[in-house]
Amino acid sequence: MSDVLLEMRGITKEFPGVKALKEVSFSVRPGEIHALVGENGAGKSTLMKVVSGVYPYGTYDGQFLFKGEECRFHNIRESEHKGIVIIHQELALVPHLSITENIFLANEQATRGVINWSLSHAKAIELLKKVGLNETPDTKISHLGVGKQQLVEIAKALSKNVELLILDEPTSSLNENDSQALLQLLREFRSHGIACVLISHKLKEVESVADTITVLRDGAVIESLDATTGDVTEDRIIRGMVGRDMTHRYPPRESNVGEVLLEVRNWKVRHPVYDDQMVINDVSINVRAGEVVGIAGLMGAGRTEFAMSLFGRSYGHFVSGQVLKNGQEIDVSTIPKAVANGLAYATEDRKTYGLVLMNDVKTNITMAHLEGVSNRGVLIPPKEIAVANEFRTALNIKTPSVKQITVNLSGGNQQKVVLSKWLFANPDVLILDEPTRGIDVGAKYEIYTIINRLVAEGKAIIIISSELPEVLGVSDRIYVMAAGRIAAEMPAAEATQESIMKAIMRLARAGAEEVLL
Amino acid sequence: MTNATESTPPAPAAEPEQAAGLRAMVGRNVRQSGMLVALLLAVVFFQLTTGGVMLKSLNVTNIFLQNGYILVMALGMLLIIVIGHIDLSVGSVAGFLGAVAAILMVKVGLDPLLGVALTLIAGGLIGVWQGFWVAYLRVPSFIVTLAGMLLFRGATLWILGGQPVGPFAESFRAISSGFIPEIIGKVGDPFGASEITLLTMGKWALVLPLGGGPLNLTTLLLGIVLSGVLVLLTWRARAEQVKYGFSVPSMRQFWLRNALLIVGVMFIAYRLAGYKGLPMVALIAFILIAFYMFLTTRTVIGRRIYAVGGNAKAAMLSGVNSKRMVFLTFVNMGVLAALGGLIISARLNSATPNSGYGFELDIIAATFVGGASAYGGVGTVAGTVIGALFFGTLNIGMGTMSIPIDYQFAIKALVLLVAVYFDVRNKNKEG
Repeated sequence: MSDVLLEMRGITKEFPGVKALKEVSFSVRPGEIHALVGENGAGKSTLMKVVSGVYPYGTYDGQFLFKGEECRFHNIRESEHKGIVIIHQELALVPHLSITENIFLANEQATRGVINWSLSHAKAIELLKKVGLNETPDTKISHLGVGKQQLVEIAKALSKNVELLILDEPTSSLNENDSQALLQLLREFRSHGIACVLISHKLKEVESVADTITVLRDGAVIESLDATTGDVTEDRIIRGMVGRDMTHRYPPRESNVGEVLLEVRNWKVRHPVYDDQMVINDVSINVRAGEVVGIAGLMGAGRTEFAMSLFGRSYGHFVSGQVLKNGQEIDVSTIPKAVANGLAYATEDRKTYGLVLMNDVKTNITMAHLEGVSNRGVLIPPKEIAVANEFRTALNIKTPSVKQITVNLSGGNQQKVVLSKWLFANPDVLILDEPTRGIDVGAKYEIYTIINRLVAEGKAIIIISSELPEVLGVSDRIYVMAAGRIAAEMPAAEATQESIMKAIMRLARAGAEEVLL
Repeated sequence: MTNATESTPPAPAAEPEQAAGLRAMVGRNVRQSGMLVALLLAVVFFQLTTGGVMLKSLNVTNIFLQNGYILVMALGMLLIIVIGHIDLSVGSVAGFLGAVAAILMVKVGLDPLLGVALTLIAGGLIGVWQGFWVAYLRVPSFIVTLAGMLLFRGATLWILGGQPVGPFAESFRAISSGFIPEIIGKVGDPFGASEITLLTMGKWALVLPLGGGPLNLTTLLLGIVLSGVLVLLTWRARAEQVKYGFSVPSMRQFWLRNALLIVGVMFIAYRLAGYKGLPMVALIAFILIAFYMFLTTRTVIGRRIYAVGGNAKAAMLSGVNSKRMVFLTFVNMGVLAALGGLIISARLNSATPNSGYGFELDIIAATFVGGASAYGGVGTVAGTVIGALFFGTLNIGMGTMSIPIDYQFAIKALVLLVAVYFDVRNKNKEG
């Protein structure tokens, strides 16, 4: 085998009006972990879609070789046949089928069309062992958490005799533990000679796991760094990505905290399906005017569920609890009522819950507050356009026009559209659920700046984030949530990643003891 | 449609829209224009093959008389499909309500006006019934309306006792076979009393669609007024776009498009004027078309319907009461089905146990051919009107050519398949 597994030369890919890749050359050595980093829209995913045949031969210029052979893939099947497997950000598993069925989907272990289930199960068990997933293979995918689903995807890739595994943002929706386990798995694969291309915004991970780091910016390769020597730091990578030094990851803010604006008392919510499960158990929090309150916690701690149940009971079965605004109890039992009472919730899942992707930017921005651009139920188009343009400028939404369909926007800009939608509704309390998930450093900074501007206007912000440095960086005060309860409350100035994790563990232990008693 | 644009002076806040945005816009409109071209081709084809019968005044009038109810009900269907549902029961519901109207007016002997009002209310109630099951009890609309299709067919048979009920009073029949009163007067056609044949080739003949009976001036005047209004509205819309720095078609294109529009409107007005003037049913349809165009593009309710159809969860989390929106579209459909039923009964001059049978298919087909997406969130009133007229033209043209009914079904089926295939193909290109 040669010392280059994949070699790409002069790859250029154009979309109508945009050159997504400009003469990109990129190579992966056998058995290395090669991180591909860059801001949103830099061309990382596009490049990997060329490799995996998502963009068929002929739709791009340039050529690439895999194991010394020129590749001209017309679809994903052909690339998988060669041993190149891509795992997309959005997992491609069928929720109602079992682990085995998913692993061998379109690759059924069958003779003359009749599936050999014993063989399938035996192979599945072997694969699950390899990826360290401790589940029986007939478990339905819908019963697994995101972290475990990710492992099933990888098991599926292994079943195809993968030689080059491409992972697009594999850890963006995983918690710390699952992320670490996944990275460990990649290291193991490396020792077995499986090369891996890792696309990630989490630079800490990249730094810790990658052998080589290639930085893309505006569709061109900026540099390839050798990360094995250990002198490639996070800041060094960021400089390559944005083309300048970022001195502050979080914009500074003058704290100007006022009176308690919103208070939630003894909030209890049951699971929407399993009525015996108390998902939110006696949560009480408050947030002051001009304050950013962070809610930290692991995936599954109940943070999103809490926020959504608060916002017009859009999650679960409400049991009991009170919401007070400025000391007065308010009705938040439906979304329109919650909005009318000055609450807003910007979702963690912008594509599913935040945007109507087939609609344009202006339509999405005004969706939560059509009263503001209409008169007696009749829309006023000039006003709508003016409002949209105002937000486009204020939030620096990068789009050719407010008539652009939102599906064409990058993740960071989509997030800004979601934010604009809620800012236009002019809430007093804004709940931001994972506002920077999957978006790049530059756009993150802009979002933090917007948060600062809002609290300066006296609004209250509740921010939910799985990235502890982010919670620590933007909040004034932090609530730690675990197992549907508040595990701790601490001023951000005194909090550390360790103290937050300790609080979570303490509650988890207490919970375990409760069960034992 | 071409890509030529006149770049507008850059507004301070907005940079001029880029070519990609324009292309997307053209792409979105292309199918609608594509259907318009297909409609025109079909008309020309039938004009040739029927030896000029297709565009005779009488025939143009018939297109409206025979398809008015399809048009009316397709408007309701559009909203239901846009919001992401389907209504299979419209044919049965229209038949049932036609029968209700017959019972009220013929058997009970109510005044036509009161009978019409009660029938429309009954339609609304049927919409409430079906909308409740779909929106609040969350039974899939396919199932609810499939049940409705059977239920109301049964109910029609039951209340009619299996016998046709009629005839209706002349004043009621006017809504489907009447014409607007001539208040100005008539003048002879400037092109003469008979149509002009340029040449004939065996069965085919190139006949200019000009000349015929004396012209009803009121209808012509309405055509002129409508043309003027349309030009004014498009002019204002263009000016608004320019003001906000969006790229717009060049002035030449703008006037070219408007000229075509005026020619189209005036031609139809001229042909209708050459028979008995504007049919009442066409007037009703035109008013509803204008109303629903306004509703879908310029109102909060319309916007919310499209938002729910585009992404129900996102709409709900933005404070849109999705359930109520779905409910309302069904109530709206019920009222329009009542209107459709009234037109059908008036046209046949009796309510029969079979009336409305299979109409849902024509209506759904017209909506899809007009560019509505089977996945919800997409569809326009203009497209639906073109879709309905296309099927109307196909029906009349094939009828005039004496194509056997079995072939007619097959041809319509293929047209539907091909049209929706283009929808799916365009979707994939966008995604």
